[in-house]
Amino acid sequence: MSGFFERLLRRETNSAYQAKERMKTVLINDRVNMTSSTLDNLKSEIIGVISRHVEIDSDAVRIEMTHEGRQQRLIANIPLKPPRRRSSG
Amino acid sequence: MLGNVLTITSGKGGVGKTTATANIGAALAAAGNKVVCIDADIGLRNLDVVLGLENRIVYDLVDLIEGRCRMRQALIRDKRLPELFLIPAAQTRDKSAVSPSDMIKLCEELRKEFDWILIDSPAGIERGFRNAIAPADIAMVVTNPEVAAVRDADRIIGLIEAEEKGPARLLINRIKPGMVKRGEMLSPDDVLELLAVELIGMVPEDENVITSTNRGMPVALDGKSKAGEAFRNIAQRLLGSEVPFIPLEEDGGFIDRITKLFRSGGK
Repeated sequence: MSGFFERLLRRETNSAYQAKERMKTVLINDRVNMTSSTLDNLKSEIIGVISRHVEIDSDAVRIEMTHEGRQQRLIANIPLKPPRRRSSG
Repeated sequence: MLGNVLTITSGKGGVGKTTATANIGAALAAAGNKVVCIDADIGLRNLDVVLGLENRIVYDLVDLIEGRCRMRQALIRDKRLPELFLIPAAQTRDKSAVSPSDMIKLCEELRKEFDWILIDSPAGIERGFRNAIAPADIAMVVTNPEVAAVRDADRIIGLIEAEEKGPARLLINRIKPGMVKRGEMLSPDDVLELLAVELIGMVPEDENVITSTNRGMPVALDGKSKAGEAFRNIAQRLLGSEVPFIPLEEDGGFIDRITKLFRSGGK
């Protein structure tokens, strides 16, 4: 079992692994030409719009860039708050 | 039947575009096709020296486009392969001497006479690239397993798709199998995963490329070179054969595998 972790550790320190991880981020940014501050603005505006209609857990909102092949995709995960129970009596 | 236009490009300079053009051209010609290689890197002429034809240049691409010579006069026939021709770049002009529509018109003429028209694109994403890609039927992107080359390849693949010349075919050049094995170089699989395009060939780093180029002889004509074998396989794939990708191995292993492949009836 320790062999497995050693291999994993070695993998993460080798330079090819680092190159690949760095390139994943660089290529996504190059392809969509979107800065992290643009993404932050987008996120707060989305939260604003949706909050006007339903109650959401704004701290748990996640907006992420993913890709399938060369197709980039913006994924938004917006958890809703459970409806408040009306107190009876 | 009209010939195919294959544009070889990369974004980043120095990854092996000219070497790839010369060798794929030579391999296609050796396989019985009539081939012309066009050096579209105006002002930085190089394909002539790689092919060993530098002493035969009279007219160049710009002379041809501007009507100072006839097609026949601009075509330089290779010394070894009678079906391989070169149209050299102009050395004293710049990229603005040629337009994308000039290249389209020129290739329309060449298609009638040649099976394959290979265009060696200059590095960069500006005019020279636009000229080279305009007439392309097939766009090939050359990269090295190295961060700067991969990043530029991704940019150029995006531009090829935007010009509706895709899907781009990827040639990964100068792979060092030993380094890949040690985890110190991006593997072909890593590069393919990052760029998400179709692979057309993997060429290992090979000193024979330098020694052949020193002599002005394409390494694809050297039966013993690993890189030469890889370039011949790319030519076969372009011709429609399903040639398996030979796993890259450290010195010795690669040749052994090819030898085994041939012995087991691969040919």
